[in-house]
Formats: sequence, C-alpha cells, structure tokens
Amino acid sequence: MLQMFKWKTGEFSWVDFTIDVLRILIVLAIVVGSWNTLSEGRISFAQWVNLFIAGLSQGSIYALIALGYTLVYGILLMINFAHGEVFMAGAFSTVFLAEALNRTGFLNQSPVLAILLMILFAGLVSMTVAILLERIAYRPLRGSPRLVPLITAIGASFFLQYTFRGLYGSGFKAYPQVKILQGVFQVGSINIPKVQIFVFISALVLMFALYWLVERSRIGKAMRAVSENKEVARLMGIDIDWVILFTFGVGGFLAGSAGVINGMFRPQGVNFFMGFIPGIKAFTAAVLGGIGNIPGAMLGGLFLGVIEAIGPNLVLAGLGIPGANQLKDVIAFTMLVLVLIFRPQGILGERLSEKKA
Amino acid sequence: MALLEVNDIHTYYGNIHALKGISFEVDSGEIIALIGANGAGKTTTLRTISGLMEPRDGAVRYDGEDISSTRADLLVSKGISMVPEGRGVFAKLTVEENLDMGAYTRRDKGIKDDLDRVFELFPRLEERKKQFAGTMSGGEQQMLAIARALMSSPRLLLLDEPSMGLAPVLVDGVFDTVQRIKNEGVTILLVEQNAHMALQIADRGYVLQSGEVALSDTAANLQQNETVQKTYLGID
Repeated sequence: MLQMFKWKTGEFSWVDFTIDVLRILIVLAIVVGSWNTLSEGRISFAQWVNLFIAGLSQGSIYALIALGYTLVYGILLMINFAHGEVFMAGAFSTVFLAEALNRTGFLNQSPVLAILLMILFAGLVSMTVAILLERIAYRPLRGSPRLVPLITAIGASFFLQYTFRGLYGSGFKAYPQVKILQGVFQVGSINIPKVQIFVFISALVLMFALYWLVERSRIGKAMRAVSENKEVARLMGIDIDWVILFTFGVGGFLAGSAGVINGMFRPQGVNFFMGFIPGIKAFTAAVLGGIGNIPGAMLGGLFLGVIEAIGPNLVLAGLGIPGANQLKDVIAFTMLVLVLIFRPQGILGERLSEKKA
Repeated sequence: MALLEVNDIHTYYGNIHALKGISFEVDSGEIIALIGANGAGKTTTLRTISGLMEPRDGAVRYDGEDISSTRADLLVSKGISMVPEGRGVFAKLTVEENLDMGAYTRRDKGIKDDLDRVFELFPRLEERKKQFAGTMSGGEQQMLAIARALMSSPRLLLLDEPSMGLAPVLVDGVFDTVQRIKNEGVTILLVEQNAHMALQIADRGYVLQSGEVALSDTAANLQQNETVQKTYLGID
C-alpha cells in the first residue's frame, strides 16, 4: 500500500494509473455489493456461518494440495503443474478400495479404521506417482532453463490424465457414503454437517504432521538446508537427489490423502479430469499465501476456500449478478490475478530475492 | 603414506582450463597452506578435492583410495569436511540446526561430545544456540561454519579463505582456532589470500599461479623467499 498513488508523486505512468483505478473499482464493488446484500437481509446469520464453515472445509482440502506445490517450489524453484494429477491419482484409485470396503461392510462397521486405510492407500498411490514424476520427467531436466520443466509438467499432466482414463475409464465414480459422517451437529441455531468437521479436522492433523516433519525432524532440517543452499548441503553429506525425491513424495502423500478427504466431502464423484480445477485452485492458494512458504500455503488454502464460499453470495449477489453461486471459480481466479498484480509475493511470502527471481 | 595425495589434476569450468596439473601432498597432522593471487586456482583445487567438481585428468587419493570421482556428500562420512568460501551457513536455520546438519552423516553416540567440544571452542555459539544463523555477525558466522564442519568429526578439514571479510581483530582469532583444531589431531588444508597469517601457522606451503604449483617449501622457508615476500607478503 506504500506505493499507492505513486503516479501523483513521481512521474505519471499509465500502468500505475490503471492499477490505482483498478484498486478503487475493486474496493467500490466489494463495498457496494456487500452493502446491498446485507441490507436486503436475504441470508440469515446462521447461513453465513454455514457458508464460512463449508468454506473452511473446502479450503483445508486446497491447503493440503497447495502444500505440495509450495514444498517443491521451495526446494527446486519449480512449479509442478502436474500436481493436480497426483491428487487425482490417489483419489481415483482409492474409490475402488472404498467400494470394496463398502461391499464387505467394513466401511460402516469400523469407519475410522477404514478411512485411515483409505487415506494411507491414496497417499501411497499419489506418493508413487509424484516420485516417478520427479525421477523420470523432472530430474533429467534439472539445470535446464526454467521454462523446460514447466512445459514438461504440462505434458506430464496430460499423460497422467489419459493414463488414468485408460486404466479406470472416463465415467464418474462416487465414494460410498459413510454412515457416521452423515447428519449434522447442532450448535444453537447452526447446523454443521458432520462431514465438514471430519474434513477440517483430518486436514489439520495432516498439516500439523507436516509442520512437525519440516521443523523438527532430521530430514525436515535437511529439506530446509537443501532449499537454502544445495552446494553447502552436499558438503554436509546430504544426498540432494534423495531429499528432492522425498519432498516430492511428501507432497504427493498429502495430495493423495486430500483426494480421499475430498471424496468423502463431495458426492459428485471422481474421474480422470478431477485434478485440474482443484490443482489450479491449490496453486492459487499457494501463490496467495506466498509460494515456497509452508504456513502460507495452509493459510492461503483456508482463505481461498472461505472467500470462494462467501464472496459470490456477499459481493456478486449484491451487485445483482444472477446465479452468483455458480461464479465461485470466477472469484478464485480473480483472486489469483489480483494477488499477482498487487502483492506478487503473497500474504506471508518474502519479496523474491535476486536468486529466486 | 600421505593422507591426501593430489596427483597432476586438471579441472575445467566448461572450456576454461582452471587447474593445469596440480600436485601436492598433505601428511597426517599437518597444516598445509595454499597461497596465491585471485584466480590462481586455490578454490578450484579445494572444490576438486571435496568432490564438488571432478577433475578431467589426474587423481586425488585420500587415505590410499582414489576419490577423484566420488560425490561430495559421500566424502563427508569418509572424514573430509569443507568450510566453503563465504562461509555458507544456512541463514534460515538456527545455530543448533546448522550444527545438526554438520553431523548429518553420523548416528553414533559421540555427537553430543563433539557438540560440547565445539561449544568449548566457540562459547559464543552456545549462547546463540536458538538464534537464526543469518542474524549473526560475519565473525560469528565464520565460527559457526568451522564448528559445523567439525561436527562431522573430520580427519581432513578443508578451509577456504576463513579470514575473508573479517575485521583484523577477528582474523587473529580465526588463525588461533585453526591452530587449536590442528592440536586436536585434525589435518588441515588451508587456502588463504592472507599469506602472512597462513604461513605463520602452516607447516608447509604451496604457491599457486595460473593453475599451477609455482613454489613449494616449508612455511618458514617460504616466509624467507624473496619472490614470496615481494608478491604475497608485501615486503620489499
């Protein structure tokens, strides 16, 4: 905000001027839209709370996927655009395990164990895909110009989509319902769906585990050392290639478990193309929080989920835009563009240093 | 038999022939100084020994084994440790975590003793244990870089310009420390622009010039040598 109205003090520039006009228009739209919605009072307080909690649940799934982008970026300064497909691989593969567990009745007899088993399975599948991706597609390109692995990532993304389409077909498959996750918790006049609480809590547990891994464990310290200076890390006896592989694996595991959690949360089912939108949303979340920054990815994910849930109803509906709820993707990607224009380093990110730029 | 034997190594940066056949020996328990002007090949020599670069020709033998093409991370557990030029502490890790990284390859019980040992050598580091390395002064970072290298319990310590960028008061301290490390039985290969200080603590020295060894002698003789005095010690 320090640079606000820079063109007034320095030399006039159309770019700065346009950005300032944009700023004013955005603020105006948000204020007018919110004012209209709130004064109409069509949405009750309890409904706002519900939207908020639904946003947190969706956001925690974004956060889990976003961590994969941020971990890899932190170590290789590379955006793994195939990460959405890593998420899909776990989610899509595990739907068959879930169906089998449902058929035998195990899923509803001991749901906790069954869900843990599914998360573990999905995590391992996605981890394997992520590791193969690094080993086969990215490692040979290390040290080449930055555009090269980026294009490879897009290619790998298509490769994975159509491989899984070949394996499991192109139809949608839905995760079976788990009985204990049905229904709602009542807190006063507010009904919170149980599944949302499950999503939020399991995501928090996974995020906490990751935080512990990176901050406290030996390999976590090695990951941070490698991300800071690869050559010196080698002089410490750290096998860089192994640490990079491990990082991809951890990101993959989180994405796979997010796949199962997502499957429980969204009844519309999974298919080979399901990774695309969550992948881009999670990337947005990672950029929003400051790419390369782990708490940033968590915060960015939650923030994006909440904005997406509340924004259309609050701002767009108030501006008289029809079908506002279907425009949540517009909100998400508008956020991405706005962050890139106004605060490219993200909420918690540092300014890109010479080394990273 | 020498602990380290560098035999006619040729190292290139792309097409640039940086080391044109360098040979020297380091015996167990010695301090050897490599002196020379900027671009003489001192740092490249250390990088070749430590495994960061591979010689195109010639051989590096350590403890009788050819390590010319062994990766840097594998040499650490063999007992070679290097303090890189410009210190290279991990700024976003705490002092303690930096020292943990120094002991990354070890799983034995001696780590705790070695930690006490380096804290005895550098009491300042113990006070700053929980501080991020990037927030410390240049002198403290140099201490940390040396301490971290000692945490792998090396037999051979490679020091690249430990006095670079330090205030003159601190330079004495660094060379004092190097002497003390030698007295604990660690063999030291020291690269320095500060030839005066380096030759005072070294047993023998090699003068590098444009990627070749121009002179080699005991440190005492080199200090008396007219060319060395003129070119590197600033004595007319």
